[in-house]
Amino acid sequence: MKKKSNKVATWLLTIIIGIIALIALFPLISLIISSFRPSTELMRDGITFSINWSELSLDNYLYIFTQAGEYWKWYGNSLIISGLIIIFSLFFSSMVGYALASYDFKGRNLIFLFVLIIIMIPFEVLLLPLYQLMIDLRLINTYTGIMLPLIVSPTAVFFFRQYAMGLPKELMDAARIDGSTEYGIFFKIMAPLMLPSFAAMAILQGLHSWNNFLWPLLVVRSSDLFTLPIGLATLLTPYGNNYDILIAGAVMTVIPIVILFALFQRYFVAGLTTGGVKG
Amino acid sequence: MINKVRHDVEGFEFERRKNRKEPPPVKKRKRAKSFLNSKQVVPYVFVSPFIISFLILTLYPTIQAFVMSFQRILPGQVTFIGFQNYERIFNPAFFKALANTTIYTVATVAILVLVPMILATLLDSKLVRFKTIFRSALFIPSLTSVVVAGIIFRLFFAESGGSIANQIVGVFGIDPISWQYTGWSGMLLMVLIASWRWMGVNVLYFLAGLQNISKELYESADIDGANVFQKFRYITLPSLKPIIIFVTTISIIGGFRVFEESYVLWQGNSPGNIGLTLVGYLYEQGIQQNDMGFGAAIGVIVLLIIFIVSILYLLITGGFKRGDE
Repeated sequence: MKKKSNKVATWLLTIIIGIIALIALFPLISLIISSFRPSTELMRDGITFSINWSELSLDNYLYIFTQAGEYWKWYGNSLIISGLIIIFSLFFSSMVGYALASYDFKGRNLIFLFVLIIIMIPFEVLLLPLYQLMIDLRLINTYTGIMLPLIVSPTAVFFFRQYAMGLPKELMDAARIDGSTEYGIFFKIMAPLMLPSFAAMAILQGLHSWNNFLWPLLVVRSSDLFTLPIGLATLLTPYGNNYDILIAGAVMTVIPIVILFALFQRYFVAGLTTGGVKG
Repeated sequence: MINKVRHDVEGFEFERRKNRKEPPPVKKRKRAKSFLNSKQVVPYVFVSPFIISFLILTLYPTIQAFVMSFQRILPGQVTFIGFQNYERIFNPAFFKALANTTIYTVATVAILVLVPMILATLLDSKLVRFKTIFRSALFIPSLTSVVVAGIIFRLFFAESGGSIANQIVGVFGIDPISWQYTGWSGMLLMVLIASWRWMGVNVLYFLAGLQNISKELYESADIDGANVFQKFRYITLPSLKPIIIFVTTISIIGGFRVFEESYVLWQGNSPGNIGLTLVGYLYEQGIQQNDMGFGAAIGVIVLLIIFIVSILYLLITGGFKRGDE
């Protein structure tokens, strides 16, 4: 009897959660389906339950691949900027986090305290002074201007520090006896041991900059420097004459990320739960 | 803390003593090299990127934020005007933004704490199958950018009678609603976008918290004959308290920072300011109207609000008592 009621509970719970999971995925699924609908219909009705299945076509995708040169320019910009941010921020943040974990030096606790404070400060408060700074440095409308505030990420520093705390210090001493320099110890011995944390942070930083909106919105002026979110947002007008690019383009900004997520799920989870507050 | 500092000092002394024993370097270049490689210098080289970026990109702008809020900033002409920016702040548009932001924060905090907590508890149950798949499904929305979420929800809630939202209310005999242009439904859209995107991440936080609860507690509760709800009330909930406090705090901070959800719906021009938020007001005044001094003053107020509300929350819930949380 007990066994039977357990089985019922199992299926009941599984079905309830299954429905909730479907609801969570429903917006993306319907976005993908709608991307095959004629853009004129999308503009008229929005996303609808009454889909005319016979009218589904690849037209929006054909259009975006043949006519929408701007879109691919934005895609390229987003790829380059996200790539560079991953490289720079991982390089710098890992060094800082590693040093905070592996060396005893004056001011170490103070620096770590600053890392924590920066994680707490809302970026929006620094928005206007940073914007003014970019104007003064003539970095408005440049890649550098978009990337600069993300180059050393306090969240990543924090994450690398926590990870490096768990590494055996004996390895460092052994390497010193072997005549390795302090830099060699980091780059040749300790950094490779920190590889999983690099993966998690690459995903956090990459996703954050791929989706970053507010800062590029201020810094970028000309449409050939737009990133994907900024470019797509310019197509969001009340008149809605761009739904072909908008909807197929939206699908193509999300799909690569979902595929990456399927491949590297573990690192996504580790990275994003650290970056809940801030990238 | 004091012990820690003393330990650092002793370590430092030890290093100095050890260095004294080293034979004097032969060549100048070699000395420079060993200086850069010494354990006193290397950590500072490693942390220098952080120090430089902290000074230029955080400390300076933070000070500037306060300084600018006392200035009138015109191109090439900056004048100190005392508290005039602050005197101008308390106007109807600001109070509208404050009210919107507060409603949004309360709603998102309630949804993004309660629902993920219940979902995580269900997912953690031994009875549920396909856990990994469900967890991923809940998580995938957090991969989308706010712009993509905006596109989807605009199309879901399009004015036409054919949109999904209007089809659903139509079942109950309600006429099509122009969701994006009505006060309460505009707010609903913002809250929905945020809830959809952040749900999965918060579920993960709660799952991590649940895994730390000892299974023995539940076993002994079973022996005592406790039912599911009693176990949730007397074991799960108290054990999750640190996680609840953490998730609530980041949701409060995130709530008062809201801007993008509003921007993707109205591009900064919501009818009758139904979607105006505090940061949206900062953006409108500081960037669109180019009144940077006034914008900076709004920023300072936002910082104060976030600071006061989170401190109050942590004091009330006792979040400060555990230093390690």
